[in-house]
Amino acid sequence: MEQLGFALQHAWVVPALPLASFAIVGLFIRPVSNKAAGVVGTAAIFASAFFAYWLAWEYYTLYPAGGEHPAIIPWAFEWLRYQAGLTVNVGVLVDPISVLLMVVVTTVSALVHLYSIGYMHGDYGYGRFFTYMNLFTFSMLGLVVAPNILQMYVCWELVGVSSFLLIGFYYQKPSAVSASKKAFIVTRFADLGFMIGVLILGYFGYNSFGELAASITPGMAEHGVSNLQPFDFHYLNHPVFLEHFKGLNIEVCGVGLLTVSMLLVFCGAAGKSAMFPLHIWLPDAMEGPTPVSALIHAATMVVAGVYLVARLFPAFAASGDALLVVGYVGCFTSLFAALIGITQDDIKRVLAFSTLSQLGYMMLALGVATMEHPLGYTASMFHLFTHAFFKALLFLAAGAVIHAVHSNEIWEMGGLAKKMPITHLCFLAATLAICGVPPLAGFFSKDEILAAALPTHHTIIFGISLLVAALTPFYMFRIYFITFWGRHRTHHAEHAHEAPAVMWIPLAILGVLSVIGGLVPMASYVSIGEHMAHHGINLAVAIPATLAGLLGIGLSWFFYSNDAVRAARAAEAFGVVYRTIKRKFYVDEVYLFVTHNIIFGYVARPIAWFDRRVVDGGVNLSGWSTRMTGWVLSHLQTGQVQGYGIWYTAGALFVLLILWAALV
Amino acid sequence: MMNFLAAHAPGPTHWLFLTTILFSIGLCGLLTRRNAVGILMAVELMLNSAAMNFVVFNRFCVPAGVDGQVMAIFVIAVAAAEVVVGMAIFVAIFRYCSTIDVSKMNLMKK
Repeated sequence: MEQLGFALQHAWVVPALPLASFAIVGLFIRPVSNKAAGVVGTAAIFASAFFAYWLAWEYYTLYPAGGEHPAIIPWAFEWLRYQAGLTVNVGVLVDPISVLLMVVVTTVSALVHLYSIGYMHGDYGYGRFFTYMNLFTFSMLGLVVAPNILQMYVCWELVGVSSFLLIGFYYQKPSAVSASKKAFIVTRFADLGFMIGVLILGYFGYNSFGELAASITPGMAEHGVSNLQPFDFHYLNHPVFLEHFKGLNIEVCGVGLLTVSMLLVFCGAAGKSAMFPLHIWLPDAMEGPTPVSALIHAATMVVAGVYLVARLFPAFAASGDALLVVGYVGCFTSLFAALIGITQDDIKRVLAFSTLSQLGYMMLALGVATMEHPLGYTASMFHLFTHAFFKALLFLAAGAVIHAVHSNEIWEMGGLAKKMPITHLCFLAATLAICGVPPLAGFFSKDEILAAALPTHHTIIFGISLLVAALTPFYMFRIYFITFWGRHRTHHAEHAHEAPAVMWIPLAILGVLSVIGGLVPMASYVSIGEHMAHHGINLAVAIPATLAGLLGIGLSWFFYSNDAVRAARAAEAFGVVYRTIKRKFYVDEVYLFVTHNIIFGYVARPIAWFDRRVVDGGVNLSGWSTRMTGWVLSHLQTGQVQGYGIWYTAGALFVLLILWAALV
Repeated sequence: MMNFLAAHAPGPTHWLFLTTILFSIGLCGLLTRRNAVGILMAVELMLNSAAMNFVVFNRFCVPAGVDGQVMAIFVIAVAAAEVVVGMAIFVAIFRYCSTIDVSKMNLMKK
């Protein structure tokens, strides 16, 4: 292995900078000066971003594009030692997808930090905001670079906590507090599955570690892995381990144990990435400040689930069935969320459902990939990459609009194109990008997803993704037309102003990235399994997809251009269907019914009774009996020393008798 | 007479029986006397019975040694000191509450 460059050797700097900044800003700077907190927090993320680019550059100099891209661990230290052979490291794993995510996370995070300096100006808790954002960035980077599943789990939870803190940032607002609790509980519930999956993998991984490690270890040194551990992705993804695990032939309810554990891991991934039916927290999470929605609930944290599936892709692929579930769940979510997105009136909620839909896209792309036809894997990561830019841009632009009109409701906006030209242009670029209009970023990644679904005979998935490709432009242009075209609907919209430079500069940068992001030849940078021949644009896929996109735009224009008169008529015509979709298919109501009426009524209440009567009763009984014994015994204290002497003598005699009986 | 005594010289059992009786009398006095001075005397009895035990074991187990006798003298010395301290305390108590009836003394209950 060649000598690693400086950035690779010091890869820990990328997550360490935000961590240091979190500690310093949170403890020392925030109490002194809000302004300094914002500047330092932002500067640290920019430095981290710079370092991430340097690292990416060094990695792809070492392993040029188009060739082999091994996973290397340039830096690690032992964190937990349970016994010989069962140790867990904390380290930095550098491979194509972690490099990709590091670049995306630091870039978006840095731009969102910069934007927040303007957006959060004068807000209560300005310094606290930057502290939390730094914590989040650190956790996300720690998750991305995790070389083993335990570090990933720890950072996974840290990400959940920072998401909770940021959703509930306006803690005086009851809706924000309940949204933060909802997000935390739903993802935590999903993480329970993840945890069990990790434990199953860890248990069987460790049991067979001794015999398998010997056949895996050779050839590892050149990958920069110094010592293999049972929780390492390198081990869990290794064909030797997967073959062994499948060969155990342990079944749970007729399903192989590998599939079960991968499905449990996917449960965690689905919670974080808000896949149906665990998607309910994401729309509510929009209660947080808009930069938070842009960074956490659009570009980075919610893709952690996709990243997890990609990270364990060989294991998912070995199970097969688990990957199929991933594909169909993703497919269903993308359609389901796109339908709801059409009917929502809150601009951030529409974007949230759009995020759900796009995350579903990434999941389905992973689901249709196999080790033999790995195009979907590349496509998923490609879409993750482009989506991060244009979705963050959409949120930030929406934030600028909300900042100007003081409302989230699209019906209180309107005619903003002339008032806010830069925001309008950026929003339009991002909208076109998400709609897959060539040659913007979304076109290439969507095209690749569709191209991945078609030849692997997932006809249903292909059909649905094509449908979603038409629905996406429909709801995106719906909010675009209503927000930026037409007349000014309110007083605020009439007097809206362009955002300050500190806010529109990040918008412009992201706008440029949304336009050109698709030109990256992702397949030669990120790939797995068999090497793919370089392929151009598949016209059989690109033409229908583009036509679907244009159809969506056209329909949207037809319905919403003339102050949405036709749309209102259409909504009336659909009646029940429209109302059902607008109420998000009553999923929240079902959840409420299940939790309140069934779980609280039939499970929680008996348990509460048992706790109050039996458990508390037992505790109270022991307390009562101790008190009673004390009360009785207190009468023996007479203060008469001779009385004590009698007791003492009697006791001594008693002991003597026992000794005598025992010894003689 | 001397012959009779020589023929019936008391063995260790007798002596130990005597010390046990002495100890029991002392213990009985300790636990039942109301007068503090009587209690002190009972304690003296118990101490002396113990001292006598030392002498008895010295005489019958290691006749050549004197360890037990030394110990007995030691006990007597300590007992004398103890009586002095005890009497001083009783005098102080008598000054304080004009009685040395131990059943009236229940300060430890308070």
